[in-house]
Amino acid sequence: MIIGGIDIIGLIAILMSASTPVLLAATGELVAEKSGVLNLGVEGMMIMGAVAGFAAAVATGNPVLGFLGGAIAGALMATLFAVITQIFLSNQVASGLALTLFGLGLSALIGKGYEGVRPPPTAKIDFGPLSDIPVLGRIVFSHDWMVYLSLLLVVVVWIVLRYTRVGLVLRAVGESHDAAHALGYRVVAVRFAALAFGGALAGLGGAYLSLVRVPQWTEGMTAGAGWIALAIVVFASWRPWRVLLGAYMFGGITALQLQLQAAGYAIPVHILSMAPYVITIVVLVILSAIHRHGVQAAPASLGKSFHASS
Amino acid sequence: MSELLQIEGLTKAYPGVVANDDVALAVGEGEVHALLGENGAGKSTLVKMLYGLVKPDRGTMRFRGQAFTPADPRAARAAGVAMVFQHFSLFEALNVAENVALGMETPPPMRQLAAKIREISNDYGLPLDPARLVGDLSAGERQRVEIVRCLLQDPKLLIMDEPTSVLTPQEVEILFKTLRKLSQEGTAILYISHKLEEIRTLCDGATILRGGKVVAHCNPREKTARELAELMVGGAFNVTDRANRELGDVVLEARGLSLPPMSQFGPSLKEIGFELRAGEVLGIGGVAGNGQEELLATLSGERVSAAGTLWLRGQDISGLGPNPRRARGVLAAPEERLGHAAVPAMSLTENAILTGTLRKKLTRNGFVDQAAAERFAQDVITGFDVRTPGPHVAARALSGGNLQKFVIGREVLQAPEVLIVNQPTWGVDAAAAAAIRQALLDLAAKGAAVIVISQDLDELMEVADRFAALNEGRLSEPRATKGLTIEEVGLMLGGAHGMQEAQL
Repeated sequence: MIIGGIDIIGLIAILMSASTPVLLAATGELVAEKSGVLNLGVEGMMIMGAVAGFAAAVATGNPVLGFLGGAIAGALMATLFAVITQIFLSNQVASGLALTLFGLGLSALIGKGYEGVRPPPTAKIDFGPLSDIPVLGRIVFSHDWMVYLSLLLVVVVWIVLRYTRVGLVLRAVGESHDAAHALGYRVVAVRFAALAFGGALAGLGGAYLSLVRVPQWTEGMTAGAGWIALAIVVFASWRPWRVLLGAYMFGGITALQLQLQAAGYAIPVHILSMAPYVITIVVLVILSAIHRHGVQAAPASLGKSFHASS
Repeated sequence: MSELLQIEGLTKAYPGVVANDDVALAVGEGEVHALLGENGAGKSTLVKMLYGLVKPDRGTMRFRGQAFTPADPRAARAAGVAMVFQHFSLFEALNVAENVALGMETPPPMRQLAAKIREISNDYGLPLDPARLVGDLSAGERQRVEIVRCLLQDPKLLIMDEPTSVLTPQEVEILFKTLRKLSQEGTAILYISHKLEEIRTLCDGATILRGGKVVAHCNPREKTARELAELMVGGAFNVTDRANRELGDVVLEARGLSLPPMSQFGPSLKEIGFELRAGEVLGIGGVAGNGQEELLATLSGERVSAAGTLWLRGQDISGLGPNPRRARGVLAAPEERLGHAAVPAMSLTENAILTGTLRKKLTRNGFVDQAAAERFAQDVITGFDVRTPGPHVAARALSGGNLQKFVIGREVLQAPEVLIVNQPTWGVDAAAAAAIRQALLDLAAKGAAVIVISQDLDELMEVADRFAALNEGRLSEPRATKGLTIEEVGLMLGGAHGMQEAQL
């Protein structure tokens, strides 16, 4: 199906893969923010995941171990952030920005020897005859396992936050850490766990970039995806399904603008490259403005330091 | 009556202060036991140790015949101790059932829990809808959530920290019925309050703390409120003197004053109207969260209202901000002293400059007149008996009561024409509270018009000439306080907000 020189089915298939890094990072950040911590270091955690995942995959020849390495690197970065902000009670905004700068610099250093190297390929899952179904087969059954894992994670996060005790405690800590503490919940421990989970997901997203999307290592390759993930969480009003919508819209427009460029439309390249960022944010702003909840849906303790002083 | 809880030699010290010094106390099964004391007497520290939030340095606690040293609130709850907090430990963005679940060790699935909440809350006359967001509930309803959360765990000892400060008189009566029912069922209640009359009607025994030490154990029914107060304070204290005052012309007038909510769960002000005369004290009562903060904000100029809604001596001041209003003599002292009335990290001198610069001329050509500012701060400190080493001390280093004296004194000494205060004696000990009330009365006697917004009805009856109730953002018609009964006041405050009595 080709409209105006654009292959629509191919576009939708590419969209899912293109969105995966941002979706993973945003889902992780959603969990961290629901626990009341604002971690602006998503970009730094992603790029560390990208380089560590790449290095691990190249060293072992196994992409699965590569993803694992990416997740661990992201979680370690997040743990560093947790130590700084939850134990030493330093300002979360400044620490998050520092984490991003730190990650960008350290990853460039680590990645020096990996430029131009090709990582072991991540195989697509073979669905057999399912992938021969017209239209649906190409859109739904043509991806690697990480794409499905990222969707599964959205579902899991949604269920856990909404229906389980763990999710209830996490939300309670994010709403009022003082009340949660008074009831005997371990605020700092909950936040450490939430941050580490968020970091692991950001690391996975970074590893997906360097191992599948590009696939190679280049300095600064996340190119602001971490910041988009942060924006998506806010404008999605901290809801997993809207995060999915926001991430897929961002990935979709990214894929579309590349195809528009390839199809030779006379639109300046800069406007096309800008489009995914602008359109995603505009749509999410409108969404959050329509619903009364909007930015007020933010966890009430978001970004506030907690110290048990009683 | 067998002893349920026995405390001996309990001591807890913080840097620079011994919060609890060798405290002993016994509570029997089903006993309603009062814990009395001024602010800072160590009541909160004591109950926090019982609830596992603070660990004692020394001493023993025995609960149901066994040594009791809860490591955290979960352990305390498991042993049968439940607590209703003074500042609610609730989550506004979560619903009632979720809030209850968070206070339980092993909550049943949500649907069963919701049914159970309905059942228990109706049994005890505290009806609740489990699906409602706590942020949408009134203060009284929020307290019900806390109580129901405790009751679901079938506690042996229920600790209540100043439970009635946010309730209307009718709600208090219903709460007392619930507590008596619990007591008959064998649950002991440790009841913390400042309100002596309440304690005399409700409690079987009392322990009085002063400066961290137990000064008396007594049966409150055998003492007068005055005797209890003197035990708490450790001496006699003055009663305010209310001289006869001449009322002058109308100074301040509100006409159809409305304001949208300031926060997500806050109330809006609806068509507020009143007239205030020179030399008059208008008392505005109401349960917290019914628009007190909003009302103070519009009167002080922090929030401007529509043109023609607020008049000072026939001049429309609705659109003016705080400083132009101060220049015209309208001053205000908000409720939250740390962070609203005073900047925590700044010195008392600097805080004095912040509101006093216009009327006391503390700046010249844009430069701060340091000497004059210090003099003014020192005047406030001496005039209002603020206990502090000097005006260079940061506001947050002062105790709540002392800072309260400072922020009230700062406005009073600027000789206002109209002074609006919210909760002027909140958390202030009895002697200082009496001094603040006296200062407000003296100010009125000099011809200023004063509005006192407070949740303490006794305080309003003591200082106000007329009383009006603020309920869900609406202000009732002001009525003369002379001859007004507490029942009438309760009805003006909105009665019992849909509560019903416990079925005994």
